[in-house]
Amino acid sequence: MRPFGYAAPATVEQAVGLLAAEGSEALAGGTDLLSLLKDDVERVDRLVALRGVAGLSGIELDGGMLRIGAMTTLQELRDHDGAIAALPALAMAIDGVASPQLREMGTVGGDLLQRPRCWYYRRGFGLLALAADGRSMVAEGDNRYHAIFPTGQARFVNPSSLAPLLVALGAEAVVHGPAGERRLPVEALYQAPQTAEERENTLAPGELLAGVEANVDGSRSAVYEVRQRRSLDWPLMAAAVTLTGSGPRAEKARIVLGHAAPTPHVAAAAGDLLSGQELTPETVAAAADAAVEDARPMSGNRYKVQLARTAVRRALGQAAGMEI
Amino acid sequence: MADYSWPEADRRAQIGARPARLDGPVKSTGFAKYPSDQNPRGLLAAKILTCPHAHARIVRIDTSAAEAMAGVRVVHVIQGEGSEIQWAGDEVAAVAAVTEDVARDALRAIRVEYEVLPHFVTEEDRDQAPGAREAGERAEGDPDAAFATAHRTVQRTLGMPQMAHMCLEPHGQVCSWAGDELEVHASTQAVSTLAGQFATELGVPASQVRIRTEYMGGGFGSKFSPDRWGIVGAELARKANAPVKLFLERDQEVTVAGSRPSAFARIRAAADEQGKLVAWDSDSWGSGGLPGTGQTPLPYVFSRLPNRRTRHTSVPTNLAGSRAWRAPNHPQACFLTMAVLDDLADELGLDPIDFLERNLDLTGRPDTYREQLATAAEMASWKERWQPRGREREGAVQRGLGVSVHTWGGRGHSSNCDVTVHPDGAVEARIGSQDIGTGTRTIVAQVLAETFGLELHQVRVSLGDNVYPQSGPSGGSSTVGGVTASTRRAAQDALREVLVHVAPRLEAEPEQLVAEGGRVFVDGDSSRGMSWREAAAQIGGAPISVQGRNPGPGRLISSGVGGVQIAEVEVDIDTGVVHVERMIAVQDCGLIINRRLAESQVYGGLIMGVGYALYEEWIPDPVSGRLLNADMEFYKLAGLVDVGSLEVHMMTGPGYDERGVIGLGEPPVISPGAAISNAVANAIGVRVPYLPLTPDRVLDALAGRGGPA
Repeated sequence: MRPFGYAAPATVEQAVGLLAAEGSEALAGGTDLLSLLKDDVERVDRLVALRGVAGLSGIELDGGMLRIGAMTTLQELRDHDGAIAALPALAMAIDGVASPQLREMGTVGGDLLQRPRCWYYRRGFGLLALAADGRSMVAEGDNRYHAIFPTGQARFVNPSSLAPLLVALGAEAVVHGPAGERRLPVEALYQAPQTAEERENTLAPGELLAGVEANVDGSRSAVYEVRQRRSLDWPLMAAAVTLTGSGPRAEKARIVLGHAAPTPHVAAAAGDLLSGQELTPETVAAAADAAVEDARPMSGNRYKVQLARTAVRRALGQAAGMEI
Repeated sequence: MADYSWPEADRRAQIGARPARLDGPVKSTGFAKYPSDQNPRGLLAAKILTCPHAHARIVRIDTSAAEAMAGVRVVHVIQGEGSEIQWAGDEVAAVAAVTEDVARDALRAIRVEYEVLPHFVTEEDRDQAPGAREAGERAEGDPDAAFATAHRTVQRTLGMPQMAHMCLEPHGQVCSWAGDELEVHASTQAVSTLAGQFATELGVPASQVRIRTEYMGGGFGSKFSPDRWGIVGAELARKANAPVKLFLERDQEVTVAGSRPSAFARIRAAADEQGKLVAWDSDSWGSGGLPGTGQTPLPYVFSRLPNRRTRHTSVPTNLAGSRAWRAPNHPQACFLTMAVLDDLADELGLDPIDFLERNLDLTGRPDTYREQLATAAEMASWKERWQPRGREREGAVQRGLGVSVHTWGGRGHSSNCDVTVHPDGAVEARIGSQDIGTGTRTIVAQVLAETFGLELHQVRVSLGDNVYPQSGPSGGSSTVGGVTASTRRAAQDALREVLVHVAPRLEAEPEQLVAEGGRVFVDGDSSRGMSWREAAAQIGGAPISVQGRNPGPGRLISSGVGGVQIAEVEVDIDTGVVHVERMIAVQDCGLIINRRLAESQVYGGLIMGVGYALYEEWIPDPVSGRLLNADMEFYKLAGLVDVGSLEVHMMTGPGYDERGVIGLGEPPVISPGAAISNAVANAIGVRVPYLPLTPDRVLDALAGRGGPA
């Protein structure tokens, strides 16, 4: 492994200061970053360990507002009866991380900001995996696990287990940086990079994800993942849905796909179609079709369009408590 | 000539029993030291630099920066300037250093300039393959006439890709020199033959090469030779004058250290109105990397099928050469054959078990298969639960049942075993075999204990070292027959010598004496006897030592087994996800030495079988020529919750036991691909033509995009 520095700040201010230096990278649970360094896919000058930073972990439920510190482990969140009771879909999302080791070590912030699993990226071909002549290795190679909603040359998929649900809920990310605290929709944490210099998240140098906050009152949510194996495996597709209003009618529906695009993919048309509608097998099927209407699968991942349709239908069925 | 045989059923204390493996406790507590656990004083770590291109020429190598690094002891160029590399992952240079991390850092400091050449890595489409070699056509009878008059014909194009052995302990070894003497702790399936191969390459006499493998973490057919990294490891140790540990990294293990050849075929098969097979025509191809691949034995099991024509084309690719994978060629041949027969049964409107039964005279062992099919069907409640493909379906999750049959040889290999009886009653066997996880140590102990009438803890087995008498490599299910036969012969001879000394004391002839239950006594009159310890004391001051060999006289072993497997699956037709609910395996292997270990072999075969049926495949990148899943993330192995309920029935007793010992490692891994594919076809009504049965392939088949006919 290439040599690197290691800093263990105690406060958010110290952490932000350390992260502002070029080549610094935040270390949370380390379940992914350490492999990236060992495999020489990523290089850092200094790791800034967040474990000892005060105020970054913990779960608060205040009225309908759920606040989760970024350094909270997935297992701590899964074990928090209040949070799970207020938002049962959290359990659906976390249980998809089918390894106790990853749930114990992995953090909420780490899940949200983990790097893509694209096998070209992981073999050192870069996040966009462009050949010397500019052609896409993903498009011309094996893309069975890649995006059905590619954005420009970004063809990897966002791998987060929690992001689709948080985006569907309209959750906010709390970010600390050199200029203090800022809040943004979780959705806005992500971008589809178009150059080798860009990342798949929008955090600026020195910025640090401190936590997320979501209003979990008065909505019904669900997450449905399609995984090939029941044991540890990445989902082939995931859908998170949030319905407001009670009874068969959805006042507002938000549908977000995971493992479908370089960012959590908001299926806006599908959500709009259902908003104000009664959920029936017909309206749900129409929403599922709308969710993939603008899909642009590549040579080897057409099947994922069908998986997306199914995941949306099943997530809606679970959220509405109906057989679909 | 002495009579060598196994005891009659009513006199067996050990054979056929279910003792736990002797090395279970040390393995489960971590006390067992595998070759990769050996850390002699002064150990250096070695790593290998591999070529990232599937086809390239080395223009320049500069190792100076690596050589100058602190902690680096030796930099060794394996393939120098001008060498043509034929697959990504091929070895270019190696470094021995004080730690693994330093060795890896040094590899990154080696500068290699390549001239990248065109590559070919995807053999599914044979027409695109440069260098494809037709192996010729074989025909028997008149297939064209038979097809023309047949009642029903099916035609399918089917296939399965290359896949990896994925040994949990990667290939590698620890090499230590003392002067001109080399000691190698190797993760190998071939303790007795490795020394000669090391010696030839290293220019030392084989008598000065010691090979040791007390335990090893999986080989499956991929660990028979020292390999390039073995020789390089020994060279590094010689140059560094220090012990060197060189085990492959996981990506190397997947990429270069073992793969099973692919097999594709366009097959036609036909039957008459009675459901009898009458014609077969197959055009097969496949790749085992750069060397291509040999002909798959088609049609499988039903090899006496009249009117058949087979053609084969070997397709070389820019991938590392394949190695023997548990039951070489059989899983492929089995899938290609049984899938077509299953589709033909459907076309005929027949229950597939009925269809197979109608054609058993085309197999080598009709009676065995008939009994096994009946047993498996009973276990699966097949008659009550099997339904034809075209049935009404409701809901997304469909269930199906599928069946397959297989065969294997399994004759014991050449083996020598020294058995020693000490005057204090201690009994030991020394044998240059290896326990590759199958339980060889335990079954040798059982044969010793059985022969001398002792308990397992009273005998000692030493193996995994080439100072012991030569015993064959563990491959082809040949070990159990080889080692039990050589051990039994040696033990029977040694016991006879003991009995010669004991007989006068008991006023009997040696032939009248038996050793059972810790005593030696006159058969039929146990009061005329003495303890084993007293008996052994009669031999005088020196131990008795006898060598037994295989092959040899007596009816101890034979070959040829059959097996039937039934798979029950659930298929989610909206996602294409297949889950194996249940696997039933009915298997014979002659006389079983250890029921628990025999069943364990079958369980292992089923688990591995679920893996290649549903998950495992090499995914070579057409663009870069590299494997995209040389890891354990996207090279998917079956997890515990993925394998379903496994039920094993061993055929034993009269009709089986008298055949003697027959190997079992390969047979149970042959049928799962076919049985599971057939169960999926039964569940969803269409054939998914390719393994593994991944969601994309299942959904394609459901959408009528199953591939060419």
